[in-house]
Amino acid sequence: MSNSSTIPAEWSHRSRVTRLAIWAGWLALVALFVWCWQVMTETTIWAFVWDAPRQAGDIGGRMLPPEWSYLPELMQPLWDTLNIATLGTVGGVVLAVPVSLLAARNTTPSVVVLRPVALFIIVASRSINSLIWALLLVTIIGPGLLAGIIAIALRSIGFVGKLLYEAIEETDPKQIEAIRATGAGPAQVLTYGVVPQVMPALWGISVFRWDINIRESTILGLVGAGGIGLKLNASMAVLAWDQVTVILLLILATVVVSEWISAVIRRAII
Amino acid sequence: MLELKSLSKTYRTGDAALTGVSLQVPKGQIIGLIGPSGAGKSTLIRCVNRLVEPSSGEILLGGDNLVTLGRRDLRTQRRRIGMIFQEYSLVERLTVMENVLSGRLGYVPFWRSFLRRFDAVDIQRAYQLLDRVGLLDHANKRADALSGGQRQRVGIARALAQNPELLLVDEPTASLDPKTIRQIMRLLTEICAERNLPAIVNIHDVPLARQFMQRIVGLRAGQVVFDDAPAALSEDALTRIYGAEDWDAMRKSDTEEDESESDTRRDLSEIPA
Repeated sequence: MSNSSTIPAEWSHRSRVTRLAIWAGWLALVALFVWCWQVMTETTIWAFVWDAPRQAGDIGGRMLPPEWSYLPELMQPLWDTLNIATLGTVGGVVLAVPVSLLAARNTTPSVVVLRPVALFIIVASRSINSLIWALLLVTIIGPGLLAGIIAIALRSIGFVGKLLYEAIEETDPKQIEAIRATGAGPAQVLTYGVVPQVMPALWGISVFRWDINIRESTILGLVGAGGIGLKLNASMAVLAWDQVTVILLLILATVVVSEWISAVIRRAII
Repeated sequence: MLELKSLSKTYRTGDAALTGVSLQVPKGQIIGLIGPSGAGKSTLIRCVNRLVEPSSGEILLGGDNLVTLGRRDLRTQRRRIGMIFQEYSLVERLTVMENVLSGRLGYVPFWRSFLRRFDAVDIQRAYQLLDRVGLLDHANKRADALSGGQRQRVGIARALAQNPELLLVDEPTASLDPKTIRQIMRLLTEICAERNLPAIVNIHDVPLARQFMQRIVGLRAGQVVFDDAPAALSEDALTRIYGAEDWDAMRKSDTEEDESESDTRRDLSEIPA
């Protein structure tokens, strides 16, 4: 029990100084916004902006009605796109598994040499967009599906590798210790102690990446790496907006279906 | 059977977990290792199969020094030592049968184990062990579908699948309820008696150690401060191991706890399901 005179009469969540600092912070943010707006719009030609709704309406008008007779011609490129995404994902996962084993602190054979190498591979793969990978590969191995597949695979290594090595690092060490204690060799410790623990993660990550790759592979055609993007590019080049509508709707439908499949599979795993 | 000669372990942080521990475990004897948290019980049994590398000293298992072994020889020797863990340490997503068969990993080449193609003899043995621990019907269930007591039985079957000459048991009942604790301890002691297996059992429950162990070793700050029959575990000895405490009061609260737990169980069983 302390003396009643030492008990403060008031309480507030923040001190006076903090309140002032927060107020000043908001003021600075508003000032920054106003300044940025001025820099941003310095070269804007306002006549074009005011014209935008009319232009949008014009293109919208040309996009409708969709040229549905174009649809059968799109089936082959769509199939190509799905193949690019699927084969690219399979390739990416196959390459990512050893990389993630080298990158995970608890499975890497060498923390000093191999782990940094694996981490570098992951970062390098992640930092370059599929479209840029495709651009490089089209110039190296020529246009076509193969460039697209390899581009998707290379981009997937980083994504799958990073998530998988984090899953490996989060495995329960007690289960692994118990397998080691039986006299199992390193490969057996891996297949009995680590693999069962990361299988759900591996499937979840792969399906998730496949879903992303379907979306990414639809644009690879823009740089000549095959698939439905080629058609999109061609239709836009000849200003056939009613065909573009069909392609966009088809991509939308494909993505919706792939997201649904991936959600179903992931739910089944967990 | 097992002999430790002035075994010491100093962790990289500089903590001396064990200093000069010498111990002999004859065939068929069950030793209870007691001591406060941090006394080095867990380190001691993990040194025996070198899940923790000892800093100095010798570990002789039937004449072979385990401390100096290379990796391959160490794996061969680990097959002779079965280990049972505090939180069962089963591979949760594998089936009960796979967990029991994983006790054979040291004997089976990689590809056979990878494809789950174990020898017929191993499979027969695994079934017999599951029968022995009363889980024959659960062979194809996943380990995470079992209760705590059942999981520990699988853990025991896995250790026995190695056909071990020594059991290391780390707090086998720490996460179980009082009734299951006694069932598991009884099963362990019976199995050791059947096979004339020596065992070192880490245990923090003193009454339980008194009841089930043939010999008790008290560890304090990494040193053996007591090594005798359970009957010799006097108040003095307990104070030497754990430090000063009112042991009679603790024992009373132990029985109170047991009573309140059995009360709770009675109450729970009266709730209609």
